[in-house]
Amino acid sequence: MRRLLPHPLLALLLFVTWLLLTQSFSPGQMLMGAIVAFLATQAMAALKPEPVKLRQPAAIAKLLSIVVADIIRSNFAVASLVLFRRRGRVSGFIHLPLEITNSYGLAILAVIITATPGSLWVEFDRHRSTVLVHVLDLVDEDQWIALIKRRYEALLLEIFGQ
Amino acid sequence: MIQAPDLPGWAAVLVALLLLAGALTTLIGSIGLLRMESFYERVHPPTLGSTLGMALIVLASIICFSVLRSRPSAHEVLIGLFLTVTTPVAFMLLARAALYRERVEGGGYSPPVDEGEK
Repeated sequence: MRRLLPHPLLALLLFVTWLLLTQSFSPGQMLMGAIVAFLATQAMAALKPEPVKLRQPAAIAKLLSIVVADIIRSNFAVASLVLFRRRGRVSGFIHLPLEITNSYGLAILAVIITATPGSLWVEFDRHRSTVLVHVLDLVDEDQWIALIKRRYEALLLEIFGQ
Repeated sequence: MIQAPDLPGWAAVLVALLLLAGALTTLIGSIGLLRMESFYERVHPPTLGSTLGMALIVLASIICFSVLRSRPSAHEVLIGLFLTVTTPVAFMLLARAALYRERVEGGGYSPPVDEGEK
């Protein structure tokens, strides 16, 4: 079973994506979707990705809701910075030390930080486990570091482990 | 062929409001692109369009076509998924290119280089 379908979850997602894209549940499209899902997962297996162990579905749901809420809030914050220029606003870089080393966890953290308006993941230094983050409205570096570590990294550590 | 005038009043108002809000959010992001001063600052405002702006327009599209065809239309969700996964990659690449260039050429807004860094 594992050899036939090495990444069952990915295959299922691809199958659903195919049906959504074609907007049809006809047998022909189902067959095409199944073929695409099968071939793509075989290709994925050939790349030999690092195995993922997803734990804590509750933590995933919590992270998702926190991220959605933060993105909406940041949208308003950045919009007001754009519309009403504030005197003395400082933007700058922070060096964010990280504990998480799992590459999927790091990738997701990078997407979260960059997708949130107002913060931008610039460069990860693997040797020192720090990330250079650019912040649009930098008030207090330590506060930003604490915020990212508490809100996102703690949950990612729960989901992916170290 | 389905036409927009077939849309019932309540749905038309809802879709129009969502579309306008999404367009406005994206517009503010674009204005921010113009108004910010440094390259790194400029990367921030356009994310308004790829997050909240996109979500509002996608929601408008889902409601519009679900009502028009009287069946749930959800493939627009894929737009959101793909945008969320791909735009940060582009932004990171841009920022890293800028950083690399500033380190090589010197000056600009590059961050203080730590002692341990080479």
